[in-house]
Amino acid sequence: METVIIILAGVLVTVATYLILSKGVLRIILGTALLSHAAHLLLMTMGGLKRGGVPVIWEGDGIYTDALPQALILTSIVISFAVTAFLLVLAYRTYQEKNLTLMARGLKDE
Amino acid sequence: MISLQLAIMIPFLAALFIPFLYKKIPRIHIGWIVLIVPTVLFITLTQFIPSIAEGKTYLHSLRWISSYGIHFTTYVDGLSIIFGLLITGIGSLVILYSIYYLSEKESLHHFYIYLLLFMGAMLGVVFSDNLMVLYVFWELTSISSFLLIAFWYHRKKSRYGAQKALLITFGGGIAMLTSFMMIYFMTGTLSVREIISSIDTSHTLFVPALLLLLIGAFTKSAQYPFHIWLPDAMEAPTPVSAYLHSATMVKAGIYLVARFTPVFGSHEVWFWLVTSIGLITLFWGSFNAVRQIDLKALLAYSTISQLGLIMSLFGIGSIAHQFGAAENAVMYTQASFAALFHLVNHSTFKGALFMVVGIVDHGVGTRDIRRLGGLMSFMPVSFTIALIGSFSMAGLPPFNGFLSKEMFFEALVNVSQSNVFSIQAFGILFPVIAWIASVFTFVYCMMIVFKTFFGPYHPEKLEHPAHEAKIGMLIPPIILAVLIIGIFIFPNILGDFLLRPGLASLYPSFNLDGMLKPISIWHGFNPALWMTIGVVVVGIIIFRVQSRRKSLYIPPGKWTFDQLYNSTLEQIELRGSKITSRYMTGSLRDYLVYIFLFLGISVGGIFLFSNAFSFDLSSNAPVSLHELLIALTMMAAGIAIIFAKSRITTILLNGAIGYSIALLFVLFRAPDLALTQLVVETVTTALFLLCFYFLPKKEKEDAPQRTKRVNVLVSILVGVIFVAVALSVQSGRLFESISTYFNDAYELSGANNIVNAILGDFRAFDTMLEVIVLFIGGIGVFTLIKLRARKGEDNIENQ
Repeated sequence: METVIIILAGVLVTVATYLILSKGVLRIILGTALLSHAAHLLLMTMGGLKRGGVPVIWEGDGIYTDALPQALILTSIVISFAVTAFLLVLAYRTYQEKNLTLMARGLKDE
Repeated sequence: MISLQLAIMIPFLAALFIPFLYKKIPRIHIGWIVLIVPTVLFITLTQFIPSIAEGKTYLHSLRWISSYGIHFTTYVDGLSIIFGLLITGIGSLVILYSIYYLSEKESLHHFYIYLLLFMGAMLGVVFSDNLMVLYVFWELTSISSFLLIAFWYHRKKSRYGAQKALLITFGGGIAMLTSFMMIYFMTGTLSVREIISSIDTSHTLFVPALLLLLIGAFTKSAQYPFHIWLPDAMEAPTPVSAYLHSATMVKAGIYLVARFTPVFGSHEVWFWLVTSIGLITLFWGSFNAVRQIDLKALLAYSTISQLGLIMSLFGIGSIAHQFGAAENAVMYTQASFAALFHLVNHSTFKGALFMVVGIVDHGVGTRDIRRLGGLMSFMPVSFTIALIGSFSMAGLPPFNGFLSKEMFFEALVNVSQSNVFSIQAFGILFPVIAWIASVFTFVYCMMIVFKTFFGPYHPEKLEHPAHEAKIGMLIPPIILAVLIIGIFIFPNILGDFLLRPGLASLYPSFNLDGMLKPISIWHGFNPALWMTIGVVVVGIIIFRVQSRRKSLYIPPGKWTFDQLYNSTLEQIELRGSKITSRYMTGSLRDYLVYIFLFLGISVGGIFLFSNAFSFDLSSNAPVSLHELLIALTMMAAGIAIIFAKSRITTILLNGAIGYSIALLFVLFRAPDLALTQLVVETVTTALFLLCFYFLPKKEKEDAPQRTKRVNVLVSILVGVIFVAVALSVQSGRLFESISTYFNDAYELSGANNIVNAILGDFRAFDTMLEVIVLFIGGIGVFTLIKLRARKGEDNIENQ
């Protein structure tokens, strides 16, 4: 299972990199969002997958999946959400003020 | 006697008080107050002379940075006292001269602050025993010289000259610093005295250290080919030229060579470099001096030439280290003696000449030889001084230059017959080059006197009618002129009290008593005398022939070192801006490509070369069909994003991926994650859609084909490296997880949900900061939307 997830994350990283390298602002932000997805999947995988029960102490056998990566991912989800939200509003404002939705091609072309 | 540390610091302290005094006492020329400093220092230093002549030395150490072995150590011996007396003595005369030279309208406080800084730094250079302290003072002389050259900073040429001097001398200074570090590495000490006894001539760093040290000395002393800064430094006020660029700073390099002769002098490279560069400089300087039309430029080239002379003598003197204290070393130590003698002589006559040129410039408003002439009857005193100075420089009796020139010839004739370092092959060249250079020297000395003071007087070409300068301006050059003659008549007073102890510092292991001949004015008909007679005869002929030419000036050719310097600077600037504008394109995409490529190459490279890849399926959890289906769907969705034409498709596909991850979190027993992911993904998608709604419909992705191909390759590279690293890390478990500790969450924190216990109890600090991140994000969004630039202050960057 881990191998499958890692390959999945790899595909997401490739797609994200490609999107980040493109010109449209929205595509770049999408790329960052995908990249954080990939990072979360990787964190999850590194803790080992399906090695026990849900990490809630109930009347189980006392063997739980690793809870630490989950806590880390939870923190990361919130932070990347905050950043994505900020970037999106920034893109919106840039369009409003400067009428731009594409990244500049370079100083020489201007 | 005061401690030398204090003496070095006095000029710096005085410089601190200058601005206050300048403002408080506007009626007195500030120079009079400044004059006290070098005079007092000079008198103090003279008190050292008798005991130093008896062979005593003074060492005094102050702690500075003990952990690095850097102490503010002063060392007074024969060599440093010569320089110290020159610095303070000529310094007093120059300040006296500048009081009359500079008008009250100039920013005098700046001038004297810089001059005092320079004086203190120069004293620091010659009295420091610690290499690092020496280096600090060395750079301070460069900086203060820079400030002084650009004193009239509104002139373009002054700024050019100052920059040139700074670049070249700093370049040399850094070479010297590198050499000092090598020396420290070799010997483990920074003290010059200790280095002399502990240096290992066979060490691999010995020759590099030697070369770098010489670069430092040659740049400072304007030796070929680093001499180009000195003529341009003539844009400085004339007192500065007289003080820095003839008598003191340019001799710092010579001091360095003399000081390090006991360290490096025994090596062949040292002899060859110092001697040959000195002789080339001697020749090149005198040859160029003849071609000048500006008196100060002429004196600048003559300074270069004379410094080359002194340098070559020290080079010859270093041979003595081959023989130890043997009898045949005497004639080589005699060369060093001549070098020290000429060093003092040069300071006297060159100082006087610069002052005279300044008087002429001040009096008639020009230094151009073609416009000058016939000033003898108008300026009799200046004429006399110029005559004395020039004839001394030319090496004529009855002036001190004659004696040192004779000793110079004698040393060169001696060395040409020497049998060490395979000199025989080239030996004959030494006296020949020196003799030709002396002829040129003679010619330009005649030019100074005859072109300026003889011939027809052209009042129409001059800005002011010629008149004699104020007496105050004449006193310093008169004192120097008296010294010139005084040294000629009583050379052995100087020799016994100053030069002999100075020589002892060059040869610390020698017993020089009785080995040195006293200086004699008449020494019989020897080759040196015949050479001098030849110089005078040929010099007069050349001067006669040359005078017939309408213009003395021969324009420099295309291939000069000045051209090289200028084009190097230009090219560096041009190439630099070209390279920068090539890779700093201003496009975010390009920078991202650099970053990703660097990541790929560094991580991928290390990965490849360390054989880090490993792949182990054994610890994997089993794969069920529905999980596989989810994963495949996500991959497909991801790839589809790239090809999606419309923007809404991409946003929805992203949402699909987000929800699939939430589903995976459910399967991987992470309910909190699944919950959060669902909520966050919903809000994010909503935000994306919100943005989408406001953004224009169509955005062109018309990147060229090549760019697209690079993008694809870079993304695949990043993806492959990501997978490779993740697989390898996943395969090798180094140690057990610490999470079993958290499994006791209920006992430890009373929580059933372990993830929440970690977030809110075990690692609550992270959570707090994460909340702050969210808070800042919220404020950022709020301000972005709410705050608008008011009219009139918007678009500042567009203005």
